[in-house]
Amino acid sequence: MNRRVLLFIPFVIFVGLFFLFNWGMDQDPTKLELARKDQPVPAFVLPDLHDPSKTLNQEIFKGKVSLLNVWATWCPTCRAEHPYLVRIHETGQVQMVGLDYKDEREAALKWLNDLGNPYDISLSDQEGRFGLDLGVYGAPETYVIDKQGIVRYRHVGAVDDKVWKEILLPMVRKYQKEGV
Amino acid sequence: MNPKRKQRMLIILFVLGGVGIAIGLALYALSQNINLFYSPSQIAAGEAPKDTLIRVGGMVEEGSVERHKDSLKVQFNVTDFQHTITVRYEGILPDLFREGQGIVAMGRLRDDGTIEAQEVLAKHDEKYMPPEVQRALDKAEAAKAGE
Amino acid sequence: MIPEIGHYSLVLALAVTTLLAVIPLAGAWINDGLWMRMGRPLAYAQFLLLAISFGFLTAAFLMDDFSVRYVANNSNSLLPWYYKFSAVWGGHEGSLLLWIMILGGWTAAVAAFSKSLPEPMVARVLSVMGIVGVGFLSFILLTSNPFLRYLPNAPQDGADLNPLLQDIGLIMHPPMLYMGYVGFSVAFAFALAALMGGKLDAAWARWSRPWTTVAWVFLTLGIALGSWWAYYELGWGGWWFWDPVENASFMPWLAGTALMHSLAATEKRGVFKTWTVLLAIFAFSLSLLGTFLVRSGVLTSVHAFASDPERGRFVLMLLALTIGGSLLLYALRAPVVKSHIRYTERSREVFLLINNILLLVATVTVLGGTLFPLIAEAFGKEVSVGAPYFNTMFSFIVPVLVIAMGIGLFSHWKDTRPGTYGRRILPLAIAGTAGGIGIPLIYGEWEWSAGLGSFIAIWLATAQLWDVWEKSSGKSGVVAGFKRLSRSYKGMATAHLGLAVTILGAAIVSSYTEERDVRVDTGTQVEMAGLTFVFDGIQELKGPNYVADQGIFHVLDEGKEIAVLHPDKRRYLATGQVMTEAAIDWGILRDVYVALGEPLEGTTWAARIQYKPLVRFLWLGGLLMAIGGTLAILDRRYRIRVKANKARTSVGESDAGGTQPAKA
Repeated sequence: MNRRVLLFIPFVIFVGLFFLFNWGMDQDPTKLELARKDQPVPAFVLPDLHDPSKTLNQEIFKGKVSLLNVWATWCPTCRAEHPYLVRIHETGQVQMVGLDYKDEREAALKWLNDLGNPYDISLSDQEGRFGLDLGVYGAPETYVIDKQGIVRYRHVGAVDDKVWKEILLPMVRKYQKEGV
Repeated sequence: MNPKRKQRMLIILFVLGGVGIAIGLALYALSQNINLFYSPSQIAAGEAPKDTLIRVGGMVEEGSVERHKDSLKVQFNVTDFQHTITVRYEGILPDLFREGQGIVAMGRLRDDGTIEAQEVLAKHDEKYMPPEVQRALDKAEAAKAGE
Repeated sequence: MIPEIGHYSLVLALAVTTLLAVIPLAGAWINDGLWMRMGRPLAYAQFLLLAISFGFLTAAFLMDDFSVRYVANNSNSLLPWYYKFSAVWGGHEGSLLLWIMILGGWTAAVAAFSKSLPEPMVARVLSVMGIVGVGFLSFILLTSNPFLRYLPNAPQDGADLNPLLQDIGLIMHPPMLYMGYVGFSVAFAFALAALMGGKLDAAWARWSRPWTTVAWVFLTLGIALGSWWAYYELGWGGWWFWDPVENASFMPWLAGTALMHSLAATEKRGVFKTWTVLLAIFAFSLSLLGTFLVRSGVLTSVHAFASDPERGRFVLMLLALTIGGSLLLYALRAPVVKSHIRYTERSREVFLLINNILLLVATVTVLGGTLFPLIAEAFGKEVSVGAPYFNTMFSFIVPVLVIAMGIGLFSHWKDTRPGTYGRRILPLAIAGTAGGIGIPLIYGEWEWSAGLGSFIAIWLATAQLWDVWEKSSGKSGVVAGFKRLSRSYKGMATAHLGLAVTILGAAIVSSYTEERDVRVDTGTQVEMAGLTFVFDGIQELKGPNYVADQGIFHVLDEGKEIAVLHPDKRRYLATGQVMTEAAIDWGILRDVYVALGEPLEGTTWAARIQYKPLVRFLWLGGLLMAIGGTLAILDRRYRIRVKANKARTSVGESDAGGTQPAKA
């Protein structure tokens, strides 16, 4: 009988590995908790993408629920999600703010010209400082920001029909109902 | 001992001996070849050992890349926005190396407080930062917030 | 409509595969012949549906249907058609579909070539493969559906295939690799079926052997292609990086190699049964582990697919069920009866055991090095394990393995006549030492690692050729004797020589590569390895989907031009990604390798020039190993069995047509 016990060794080792992997999955950077959750958008002064002489700051988030979409022309997934953003914008249900992240201005303007501009306001963050303050891991990311300018939710990866209808839209509605 | 038992003993001894040597060797090789990661802040705080192969990561500071006039020597600053450290390197930088981009350099900390890099890595996929760089930046951010 | 048909057949495939996973197994349980016989038609139907699904995804790519999200993310209208074709497996979803289709292909192949096997065995094997299929089909349908659409607003154009993947090597590499990975599922299914049936005999090993060899051949080719691709496409001349993803393919290869040898012992002599079954489970488990590591983001790697925790979690659960379940079954059902088969410490059995132990140690070494960063992270340290760890370990394991191999080639089953080894060691040592001293000196100053590598390569090659010579010698002469050797013996010899060739290549290229990073301006001359490189400036180039700065390098040997090299620095239009495309003047004995770095000021550029002796031996050896495996599969005894099947005679237990010709 004791020889049978030896045959369990591979199984036991595998169980150990399983717990290691299971733990490792939780360390995935895309799953890390949003550092800024329920805190105000960090203060910033950034140029308007369309008119760099004009600067914008965190006041743009006051009074309206906004979707802040982080994007860049070097990001293929951004191209994939773009048509959805255009569609969401057409519904006019929420203020759309674009953050052009670590990008070249000319390329970004051409992109918006070619693919359509889904943003009510476009910020240009060429150095990625604001993105860093906000805790951006990569593009695309989409944040829900309430009327007080408080970050309520972050979605990592492309926005599509499902994400919009099932996650973002209900949240936008909820915060729109709250008074200022 | 009967031949059958002798044979079994030999095999078991052989297996145990071989596996023992292998494990010892593996532990030794691991102890020689694991490279610990340090952020610029940790290096500034004196946590990193000198003249040992370590990895350093952070963002390449804008405007800090300086090329030597007639060789492939280059130096640039890596920052976690709390502290900054100078990295010296000779050779070709990866295609995705850019100012403002997250990188990891493998090299040794020298007496003058600079890193002499053997290898500079930028991730092949531009979408995400190297995870240890991201964590270093998060830590620096948390430290700043706590001040 | 096209993506919907593809999606629909994928759903149907899941339904059919679920039946395949349940009905034949239940039939074997209750001993119902009709239920067991359902296995074959279900296996064919599953493969047909998967092939249809894959075909429609391919059609969506070739027709630039950017309304399909996966196509939009991985293709572009500017892409040449052959890259549109290979882009089908350029991302996570499509490569997973390819993986599943190949699994379906192997299942159908088992159904087609198992006519001589007992019905319950076939039923269990097909069901086990069906269970794996159900897991992965649910994975693709629930988390990674490649047929999802962007409707009604389809993008005008796609985001393009990652430029790194726009390459001939990458058209071939994943299919080959998956054929290997997934091919081990057959041996795995045979092992589990034998455990379930409680009949773990030599017949089981004989059935598993050819399948294992075929899978091993594909995996060998896949790894060699991957290394070759890394060499010219992303490595700046490196050919193996010990990257987690490379390790993920190397571990099943090591375990599979051990399995092939262990199966031989189990088939011929009925020994090591319990051990061989475990190796069969290991080989496929390590393939699954590789899939998990690449797709979960649990380890970071340059090759990894963009990580997604939801998917990672799903694969981890699949892993837990498949590997955990099979290891548990093994622990409960593997035989523990003492074997009464006798062999001495000089026998071939012992040498095959040594081979197995060393290969397993090598596998664990790679596994340990790959997972160590994760383990260290669990203890709050951020570390990486450098290539030197793996190199150090392998510079100990491989020489011991190869020296034992060289002697073991002369061994016999049961016992070997005393003195057989003794009289061969000295000549082999002399040949090895001559090679170990002489070969490195051709390339420069003698170095330890090159000397050791050459020593073991020559030792092994000499031993193998010597053994071939002895086995061919006879009354009718060596040539006639050689012709009489069985294909499987010739295959074994070819594969062993292939290993010697690869080792020699690795030893020489690692020690004697000359490499310089230089600043070049028009007219700059660089002298290296007896060659003169003249930089003749940059020309602009426009490819189908990129623009490039192309350098012109004239390579002169004693004033005579031997090659003009054109390395590119490309910028891909759709993504703006910058790529280095090296230029190589290749030869059997040496490669000359030039790559452009970044532009400095004015017309000055950084460039890397390399001279790499014997680098082609690395892949030539891999090719020889694959040819050897193929020869072994083409052995007469397998064909005899096919003929015998046609005559409706079952094959008896005495099928001992042997890798070894009868010994005098």
